[in-house]
Amino acid sequence: MKLITAIVRPEKVETVRAALEGFGVSGMTVSQASGYGQQRGHVEVYRGTEYSSDLLPKVRVEVLVTEDAMDGVMAAIEAGASTGRFGDGKIWTVSVSDAVRVRTGERGVSAID
Amino acid sequence: MPEKQLGPGGNTAVVASDNERLRSPEKLSMLNGCLVVLNGLVLIGLAVVGAQERHFQRKAPKMNISLLSVGMAVDPTALDPGATAWMLAASALVLLMTPGLAFFYGGLVRMKSVLNIMMMSFGAMGVVAVVWALWGYGLAFGPDTMAGLVGDPFANPGLSGLTSSIGGKAPGLPDMVFIGFQATFAIITVALISGAVAERVRFGPWLLFAALWVTLVYAPIAHWVWGGGLFGATGIVGSKISALDFAGGTVVHMNAGIAGLMLAVVLGKRLGFMKDPNIRPHNLPFVMLGAGLLWFGWFGFNAGSELAADATAGLAWTNTLLATSAALLGWLLVERLRDGHATSLGAASGAVAGLVAVTPACGFVDPVGAILIGVVAGVLCALAVGLKFRIGLDDSLDVVAVHFVGGLWGTLSLGFFAVPSAKTEGGLFYGGGLAQFWPQFLTAVIVTAWSAIMTTLIGYAIHKTMGMRVTEASERNGIDVTEHAETAYELLMVGGTFHPGEHHAKAAPGGADPAADIPAELPAGVPAASQGDRGKVRT
Repeated sequence: MKLITAIVRPEKVETVRAALEGFGVSGMTVSQASGYGQQRGHVEVYRGTEYSSDLLPKVRVEVLVTEDAMDGVMAAIEAGASTGRFGDGKIWTVSVSDAVRVRTGERGVSAID
Repeated sequence: MPEKQLGPGGNTAVVASDNERLRSPEKLSMLNGCLVVLNGLVLIGLAVVGAQERHFQRKAPKMNISLLSVGMAVDPTALDPGATAWMLAASALVLLMTPGLAFFYGGLVRMKSVLNIMMMSFGAMGVVAVVWALWGYGLAFGPDTMAGLVGDPFANPGLSGLTSSIGGKAPGLPDMVFIGFQATFAIITVALISGAVAERVRFGPWLLFAALWVTLVYAPIAHWVWGGGLFGATGIVGSKISALDFAGGTVVHMNAGIAGLMLAVVLGKRLGFMKDPNIRPHNLPFVMLGAGLLWFGWFGFNAGSELAADATAGLAWTNTLLATSAALLGWLLVERLRDGHATSLGAASGAVAGLVAVTPACGFVDPVGAILIGVVAGVLCALAVGLKFRIGLDDSLDVVAVHFVGGLWGTLSLGFFAVPSAKTEGGLFYGGGLAQFWPQFLTAVIVTAWSAIMTTLIGYAIHKTMGMRVTEASERNGIDVTEHAETAYELLMVGGTFHPGEHHAKAAPGGADPAADIPAELPAGVPAASQGDRGKVRT
């Protein structure tokens, strides 16, 4: 099993979700995030003094998948999130040793089917 | 009541109300002493008042005589202190409506646009008041020129010659009070338009629009309806028909409503309109606060439009309460039956719809008429807000559905509910037939046509030359940051740098957007911070 984490533009969440549904992924976890990479934040001015924030609003999308599905799911997220400009985000994966479906007690791959 | 026996003579009532402490004779005598002192104070007070009255009679004998002798003509140039005091307060009330509107609109937009929409109202307060003093008032209320199309702005340039005159516009009222009162109307009318084009207009072009619009649209219409122009008793239209508009159903609400509609057509819809579910109100308590401030200020707007402190002002005041309450209930009823829940936004919107509808009618209808006007306004406007989705027009904050529809209904409602008086034979339900309806209808059509055409011309002229819309990137990232370099809410509270005492010389002008993505021609992989466009080392 793999945990895929993607940091995407807030306005791209809907297209990412649509792409994943098209790929057959039926669930995901979404949370608000802030951060920066090569794209930087904005400048604000209060009574003439400049305040700058490097942090930009982003959205973190997390999906648990089987190893066979990983490449396809990553490609789907990439297609849904891409604009070709700075600030499109990152996608990464980590290995997951086990999972439990709380309702039924199923373990491992059957917990995420 | 044993205490009553302790009470001496005429002070029984006072003693009875304070009976527990009056058991001992010393306390009783203390009380009597206090009462004597109090009586003395009252006598002194009466003497002072009497002296003031005598002083006043010396200062303004004409007015007091005319007040005492019923039927005698009042000298309009003699100060009426009661009316003046009320109108000074009423003008301040009307001005408060615009910050109230800023909150009402501010709550309705997304949180990345709240400062911009509030600034559109505050910007109107800045621009319109200055324009009003320099030439706007003259255009609206100066002596007739151009066959009643506008007033003469050169008769009293910069309000010269009016600073101490009394009674030019209303008996006993200093002209400066009238000018200030009317300025607050012009301000709120411009501010109302902003709701139709929320979240997408550049601030500078908006200020220019405000100046041009109040000059070319508001001032002429105010002149026709209130300034003795086209619709005045001797005007081209007014000499044939006589329409009623107590406080501005046509001049303010229909005018702003149709102007908002046309400006929304010129500028187009927001990104994601009818697609993005996040385009929805971000702070309903702001909306309720704004509606409350609007209602409060509207008492000055409506009752103040009598320009006097009299029975008609009282009627307008009470009708402003009743129609608004009824409209609030009407809107909630529609929501409960149609959607299942009575909402806070519905209550706030219904109240505003009622205020709008009763504006032209408040001094001409009776309380039951006001309630009926209000409840119809609440139902009608609640049904009208859905229309923008049918036709795909992004009237963002429903200015058309509330102000144009509400203002139209209020204007036409006088054809049904006007009480017979010196000014009208009465509406359909008050024995006047349709005699009052057709003048109301015709006035509404003329005002709508002028406002629609002129607003479209002004809007296109600014949009094609300067560009009235922000860039797509600005709209997506948030107009507060790109137009004003501020955000309303700091939600994260970590990171960032600042430079106390250093002025912000590199503020990106005109919506150039520090948060926008790096332009395509820059080499890939070069971090934004090293482009040098902001000139500051980031850590």
